[in-house]
Amino acid sequence: MKRSTLIASAAVLLLTGAAQARDQIRIVGSSTVYPFTTAVAEQFGRSGGGKTPVVESTGTGGGFKLFCAGVGVAHPDLTNASRAIRKSEFDECAKNGVTEIVEIKVGIDGLTISQSKNGPAMKLSMEQVFLALAEEVPGADGKLVANPHKNWSDIDKALPNVKIEVLGPPPTSGTRDSFHELFMEPGAKQVKALADLQKSDAKAFERLWKSIRKDGAYVEAGENDNVIVQKLDANRNSVGIFGYSFLEENAAKIRGVAIDGVEPDFDAIASGKYKGARPLFIYAKKQHVGVVPGIDKFVAEFVSARAMSRDGYLARKGLVALPKAEADKVAAEATGLKILTAADVK
Amino acid sequence: MTDIPASGPAALRPALDVTSDAAKLRIRARYRSERRFRALGIVALSLTTLFLAFLLVDVIRKGLPVFTAHSLVLDVTVPQDAIDPSGRRDAAAIRGADLYPVTRDAMKAAVPGVQGRSAERTLTRLLSVGATADLVERLVAEPQLIGTPLRTRLLLSDDADMFFKAKHEVTSAPGRGVATPDGVSGTVTVTLSEPGFAARLAAVKAAHAASAQVLRLEAERSARQGAVERAKDAATKADALAAKAAAKDAAETLDDTLPSLLVALGGGLVKIETLEASRATGVVLLPFAEAKAYADWRIVAFERPASERKITDQEIAYLEHLRATGKVEAHFNTRFFTSGDSREPELAGIRGALVGTAWTMLVTLLLCVPIGVLAAIHLEEFAPKNRITDLIEVNINNLAAVPSIVFGLLGLAIFLNFFDLPRSAPLVGGLVLALLVLPTIIIASRAAIKSVPPSIKEAALGVGASQQQAVFHHVLPAAVPGIMTGTIIGMAHALGETAPLLLIGMVAFIVDVPQAITDASTVLPVQIYLWSDLPEPAFQQKTAGAIILMLVFLFVMNAAAIVIRRRFERRW
Repeated sequence: MKRSTLIASAAVLLLTGAAQARDQIRIVGSSTVYPFTTAVAEQFGRSGGGKTPVVESTGTGGGFKLFCAGVGVAHPDLTNASRAIRKSEFDECAKNGVTEIVEIKVGIDGLTISQSKNGPAMKLSMEQVFLALAEEVPGADGKLVANPHKNWSDIDKALPNVKIEVLGPPPTSGTRDSFHELFMEPGAKQVKALADLQKSDAKAFERLWKSIRKDGAYVEAGENDNVIVQKLDANRNSVGIFGYSFLEENAAKIRGVAIDGVEPDFDAIASGKYKGARPLFIYAKKQHVGVVPGIDKFVAEFVSARAMSRDGYLARKGLVALPKAEADKVAAEATGLKILTAADVK
Repeated sequence: MTDIPASGPAALRPALDVTSDAAKLRIRARYRSERRFRALGIVALSLTTLFLAFLLVDVIRKGLPVFTAHSLVLDVTVPQDAIDPSGRRDAAAIRGADLYPVTRDAMKAAVPGVQGRSAERTLTRLLSVGATADLVERLVAEPQLIGTPLRTRLLLSDDADMFFKAKHEVTSAPGRGVATPDGVSGTVTVTLSEPGFAARLAAVKAAHAASAQVLRLEAERSARQGAVERAKDAATKADALAAKAAAKDAAETLDDTLPSLLVALGGGLVKIETLEASRATGVVLLPFAEAKAYADWRIVAFERPASERKITDQEIAYLEHLRATGKVEAHFNTRFFTSGDSREPELAGIRGALVGTAWTMLVTLLLCVPIGVLAAIHLEEFAPKNRITDLIEVNINNLAAVPSIVFGLLGLAIFLNFFDLPRSAPLVGGLVLALLVLPTIIIASRAAIKSVPPSIKEAALGVGASQQQAVFHHVLPAAVPGIMTGTIIGMAHALGETAPLLLIGMVAFIVDVPQAITDASTVLPVQIYLWSDLPEPAFQQKTAGAIILMLVFLFVMNAAAIVIRRRFERRW
């Protein structure tokens, strides 16, 4: 008889366990913003603002999907994003009643190309990155051919004569999207032979910079950036693509490759001189403010000087701070919970 | 079989002649084949053992340091004013107090010569942000201790902790002759009575010569490839370095790509910036009393160049001073087992994940043992054998091979979206994992029931027991060891799953230790995955530490399965 009571109690649990009112903030979204949001969440919980928020690492796209699914305690209150919200996502939100979204730009993430300290020092231009990694590049006669470059020196004699081997994120990663937008697109634009194509067939041009060669020169190393760092350490001739915080933490083993003559360091990224950088965002659901306690306080903690400024604890975790003027503007808008309008979304 | 004649056994006789040469050859060939097979088996086994040993050694080597932590032991007095000037000393007031000034003053008392805000900040950043947590709890428990000096353990930050765990970072050797500094603060010049820095200067020159050599090679290679500018650039640098190396007595400027050299005298420390054979100029990191001649002085070197470590020379100077004065204590890292997750490596603990795992496994166990065993009994003993049961059987076997992420999708669709259960809860995790484990348990239970000899059931039926009595009183008890083994192996499988939990929100940063099956929580393998993805090197240690715990967990479960099988197994 015991067994049947157990089954019965399990069934009861199933039916009565439905979500009740929530007193804990729930955050979803990008794994790139995760290390920073968790630091703020912990600080928020420690300083007595309320229960420590739960931060899920679901990826930017997955985060928006959950965030935009509706209003109510069953849906998350904030989402992390390593890119701005897209029009389609904004519309999806509006369709499900999520009409009051607050966009907060929390800092900058430098995307770096890095290599082992023991390897031959490299300096690359965006054009060279494109020529090394695109699936098709213009051949001698200007026609597109399958990427023939085997060694870096095939692209430019000044580059070391070693095999092109780039360890980077898989297509599912937000970092990969950023890599295409920050490196491959400007790189493709620098290639003179492609100028005509860009004008005549924008779609084909976009396909070109959104491609990555599949002949083994680009190695998908998984979402875990630490794995790439370890592999770089073991193989001095390969280069890897990952966020600036990993470069900073592993400065003993790896160094950043200068892009268009600019080394990826804190100042160059913060000032915008280093081009391989992207803004990071969090999005808050204003309709949940007052329903789930502490959302406004959490946002205020995130944009406070002790978190987000140059000397703040987020900078020590590897987030590159926004320039002072912009940070002040962001902080003012965030604490005022300024709502994002359709006109703001591209 | 075509060579066997059809005429009966008599015709086979010549082929059975085992003494013929052909037969001997055949026998030898058979033995050879068997020896080959055995050798292959041994090779396979030793390769497996090698891989396993490699994995274990690697994980344990990386993970063991996690079980110790370093703290400062200081006498700290928390005055009433620091908590509440009006005299409140209740838990809320103590917990809400800002103890930064108190710890700052205690640290300043332990390290001489810390002046100014930025030096204070450098010093206090050596402590963890949660350093005072233990002190606060002690004061909450015993408020009468407020205002009295307390010997307190203050947890160090992860960088400081990692510095103490790394070996051979700092070397120290007695200096020759008499050292005389010309000041006690700021930039000072230390003059020696004899060339005591000569060996170190030569080492710096040798390093320059080596770098010049490397640059020359690079220049040559670039020149061969036609990169003229690059070759020229490298050659110029190489020449400059070679010139420095050749000038035997010229002063050298030490930069952050070379090991840091320091002079220790009179309890103070000077970091050398320019070095000559018998003279050095540098900044005072730790003060000394007066600018006089010191006969007893030492050359200290931080072997890892500053550009390759996260911790600065000044911080190392403070830490070494604290260690030398006996203020640093290495102790067992109890926090690792008592606290939940944290974004600070030194504060992060495994407790939340362990409790979450326990809740999740409990839900899984309560659901899938009764359901799985009853389903197995019904299918094996009661269900008629027809098309429908065949179909069910095929499906159960198929389900056992379905990738686990599919069960996560199912959980998302049914438990979260349809039943509206809370996200990230062990309840949902347990339900999903129960679905995952059920086929395994049903298959194992059916095998166990099937292996009970039919004579037992027939005897029971023969003395008048009903079908149900025969099964539950006689067959099931005999099948329990097999069922238990299957269950434990199934649970061990569930214990290692992360993929299905991703979709129901259990891959999350959760600080609070879950108190119920509806609280947000995470599980051990998820915690390992989350930590492995963070940039701080200290989290890589945590990852390995958590893996060790996970392996211990699995080892215990599998050992239990073996013990149960040995103890209760009956052979017929």
